[in-house]
Amino acid sequence: MTDAIQIGLALGLPLLGAVGIGLARRNPNLRETVTLATAFALALAVWSLVPAVQAGLRPELVIAELLPGVQLAFRVEPLGMLFAGLASLLWIFNSIYSIGYMRGNHEAHQTRFYACFAIALSATMGIAFAGNLLTLFLCYEALTLSTYLLVAHKGDPNAVKAARVYLGILLCTSIGFFLPALIWTWQLTGTLDFVPGGLYGEDIPSLTLGLLFVLFVFGTGKAALMPVHRWLPAAMVAPTPVSALLHAVAVVKSGVFVIIKLVVYVFGADNLPAIGTELVIYVAAFTTIAASIVALQQTNLKRLLAYSTVGQLAFIVLAVCALAPLAAPGAALHLVSHAFGKITLFFAAGAIYTASKKTELSQLAGIGYRMPLTMAAFSIGALSMIGMPPTAGFISKWYVLSGALQADNLVVPVTIMASGLLNAAYFLPILYSAWIRRPDEQDQHGEAPWPILIAITATALMTLAFFVYNRPAHGLEVQLFGS
Amino acid sequence: MTLDEAIYNQLPALQVIVPLIAVPLVAMMRARHLAWLACTLTSLLSFGIAVVITTELLAGATWQYAMGAWPAPMGIELRIDSFSALLLLIVTGASTLMLLAARVPIAAQIQSIRQPLFYAVWLLTLGGLIGILVSGDAFNIFVFMEISSLATYVLVAAGRDRRALAAVFTYIVMGTIGATFYLVGVGLIYMMTGTLNLADMGVRLEQVADSRPVMAAAAFITVGLALKAALFPLHIWLPNAYTRAPHIVTAFLAACSTKVAIYVLLRFDFLIFQESIPNHALHFAGLLLPLALAAMIVGSWVAMFEDNLKRLLAYSSIAQVGYILLGAGLISTTGLSAAVLHMFNHALIKGVLFLAVACLGVRLVQLRLSELGGVARHMPWTMSAFAAAGLSLIGVPGTAGFVSKWQLIVAALEVGPWGLVPIIAIVTSSLMAVVYIWRIVETTWFAHASTAVASVREAPSWMLVLVWLGVAANVYFGLQPQLPLTLATGAAELLLESCCD
Amino acid sequence: MEILGLFNYWVFVLLLMTGLFAIIHKSNLIKKLIGLSIFQSAVFLFYVTLDKIDEGTAPIIRDTDLVDQIYANPLPQVLILTAIVVGIATTALALAVIVRIKEEYGTIEESEMRELDRYLS
Repeated sequence: MTDAIQIGLALGLPLLGAVGIGLARRNPNLRETVTLATAFALALAVWSLVPAVQAGLRPELVIAELLPGVQLAFRVEPLGMLFAGLASLLWIFNSIYSIGYMRGNHEAHQTRFYACFAIALSATMGIAFAGNLLTLFLCYEALTLSTYLLVAHKGDPNAVKAARVYLGILLCTSIGFFLPALIWTWQLTGTLDFVPGGLYGEDIPSLTLGLLFVLFVFGTGKAALMPVHRWLPAAMVAPTPVSALLHAVAVVKSGVFVIIKLVVYVFGADNLPAIGTELVIYVAAFTTIAASIVALQQTNLKRLLAYSTVGQLAFIVLAVCALAPLAAPGAALHLVSHAFGKITLFFAAGAIYTASKKTELSQLAGIGYRMPLTMAAFSIGALSMIGMPPTAGFISKWYVLSGALQADNLVVPVTIMASGLLNAAYFLPILYSAWIRRPDEQDQHGEAPWPILIAITATALMTLAFFVYNRPAHGLEVQLFGS
Repeated sequence: MTLDEAIYNQLPALQVIVPLIAVPLVAMMRARHLAWLACTLTSLLSFGIAVVITTELLAGATWQYAMGAWPAPMGIELRIDSFSALLLLIVTGASTLMLLAARVPIAAQIQSIRQPLFYAVWLLTLGGLIGILVSGDAFNIFVFMEISSLATYVLVAAGRDRRALAAVFTYIVMGTIGATFYLVGVGLIYMMTGTLNLADMGVRLEQVADSRPVMAAAAFITVGLALKAALFPLHIWLPNAYTRAPHIVTAFLAACSTKVAIYVLLRFDFLIFQESIPNHALHFAGLLLPLALAAMIVGSWVAMFEDNLKRLLAYSSIAQVGYILLGAGLISTTGLSAAVLHMFNHALIKGVLFLAVACLGVRLVQLRLSELGGVARHMPWTMSAFAAAGLSLIGVPGTAGFVSKWQLIVAALEVGPWGLVPIIAIVTSSLMAVVYIWRIVETTWFAHASTAVASVREAPSWMLVLVWLGVAANVYFGLQPQLPLTLATGAAELLLESCCD
Repeated sequence: MEILGLFNYWVFVLLLMTGLFAIIHKSNLIKKLIGLSIFQSAVFLFYVTLDKIDEGTAPIIRDTDLVDQIYANPLPQVLILTAIVVGIATTALALAVIVRIKEEYGTIEESEMRELDRYLS
């Protein structure tokens, strides 16, 4: 019973927070206090669920019956626990960071910003804890809609156009592909609950399953597989805290999370349809490589990071679908390690913008002398993206690679190697120019405001710490995949 | 028998008589506020009666009532089942909601001296629509249909916009053709059976099954009612009538008038012709499905490029009629229940959308999208309600629109491989809805504000309360669809009872 | 003579089509309305034809002894009385609308009205 209350709190606290933020709109200090308090309370509520899940329990909360036999229900299982724990933890740092960033850049409509952020977090928790496909879909759409205003935050024609692309692609894929697949599933099986090992019976032809799988995967536009990845670079017009938490962690990860969930609980890891999976593997491999190559050509730091995210997401999808015993848990770990690394990178990009208004790669020469702390964190994040020790990225890539080598499929290991090299090819030049080249004597800016530095240091340290201490995350994965 | 019971037993008759009796009373009033009050209270009373009747019929029973205690088929029968109960809820509910909101927009659009008559005519429309729903007699349906239609013409032409007159003339001509076709059809059936009672008709037609007059009757009735229902390509009267009518009238009509025509259409085609014409189901589906699909695509397509806000929503309504008849054309319990459910949900959605438009209309004269740039920054509550109802129209989960689209797609999947065609159409049309709704949202929130918009204030708070009540209903019935779903399934089973194949 | 025996029905169809033609073809609103009236009258004729029974007289019982007397069916006549009333109401309303159109536009030609509205907007 108390577990149900905790789930309810995890979903409801951010919403209450949004109301509180709205009420405190006249007093910015109070408003930010509300945001921080909500973030801490949410993390507490979410993390207090961990022991129960580790003990093998599956707390449940049923709210209403949407359709005969399909409820609006939430059920906590290891993967969702991992995702929710990650998102709620990072929200704390992101809120601290937001305060520095939004004030440092004198952004308008800050109340709307914080309120939408809180609602988006509630939707993210809903995705993480969703007990069946319909609840998942509901929260997925809620996340899309609540982040629309964040992307369109600036309100100038450029931002509105980008937000249109964002909403258009995400809504069209989900309504066009995901929803029909969802209803088809319901019609075939009469249930939408997540069942370990899959919910399709033996009698469904593999072609149908393959088609369903492809519909589901491409319907999950948030996973940003090519060709439905365009929204992610477009979303970079949003203020950096949004890019950092939502478009490097919560939104994109919920896309990947949905796919992992589908593989484990809807199709069943052991009976993925061969045809559809092959296709998805090739598309994901292509996306990984192609996105990295596109990233190589970018001149804008945030767009480069966005394409890097596209590549890393495809990498996770690839690992999940590779069907190798170690690769799937590795994929889930990569979900965490990429989150730590990428949020650090975005924080750094935002810090550079706040301190110096620089957004282009060419302007970064010698910036390491002006902002040593920021660039140190950036370097850690970049190393994690490449997969070098001692960072989080090394651990997850290790698992994925060793899993992939066990399988017969050569596509996966080759892609992993190639993407690692390409990551190095676009991150190392930045590090080189930041640390080795001399700065322009003209600009005399220092570090960003202190809230930004706190956040950035914390996430960078977490990236390092995850290399040494990843037992809780790994423990949950073992429970999930039983290996 | 106590007084309570006595009244209770007369409820079906009271349902139709109450608004009709109130008509002359309201018409005689001089004070417009008093007329409004009387009209609203009457509508509220009708809604109350509809609610009581619905709770009685939730189990799936049929309430038969003999007028003047003359038994059917000689006497005139009122007959209410779960299908009519759901429609009664829609009609009386929409009327009440719009009347509650009506005072300010009506004051803006209609001369105060004419307002008592306007409210009287509104009640006449309501009474006519209710009459169609409760009567179990083909000719009475005609009479009530004409009462409601004539009154509707007056409502549409009541405003100050002269283009409403041209629109209403087309509406009169088309509406009368539709009604006359229906009358011819009823005459042909009477010729073959000698009865006008709907239930009796179904039984007696079996004896003269497969004869040419019956086929002709089916053709006349189907086409005539399709005209009234604005099924593509018989929809040409609708966009102008909806655009030029006073805003609150548009909201009322959009919520219920085409739906009542569809109700009669389904009654005839499923309960009466199904057994008397061989392969009627096939003919019916063969006629309706292509038209419904075309309506969904064409209606949404035009809406994507339309500049006038009300006309845009009117074309969207044409697409939605397509959705409803698509469900019916699939001839299955799921399909029909999807159709009936979508009648309910679409009434909720379009009612709220047009009510939000009425809120805009209180503050602005021009409702062209190109002149509404940035209006949402001045009227945030109105436009957020509009956006929320728009999401329901698109079919975002958690809203009423989602449930009916879900049912529709399930019904299409049951058909087998051919079901793919309607599914593609549903999905395409929904995506087009994303486009036209988002065009509005984006323009009103983000576009550069024009001078006309710069000084507007938020709509009256009482209207906002009502609009948001409608939004709340959309969310409630999106999360708790049991009530309309039960009634819709009951209606579908009832309609398919006589359809053996 | 099958065809001649259905004479009334032929007239009904002819009137129906004539009315429809006028509604579609004419641009003058009054002429359209006349077409609509013809269209409706066709149905009146149709209903009145329905009640005719061979050898039947008017359905008025005068002599109670004549038990085997055949009467025409009175019901369609009653029905069509109602329909005629409805038709008159429709015509009256349409005429009222036309009068208002004349006041507002100064014309009752549909094509000219369209021109005027285009000029307006």
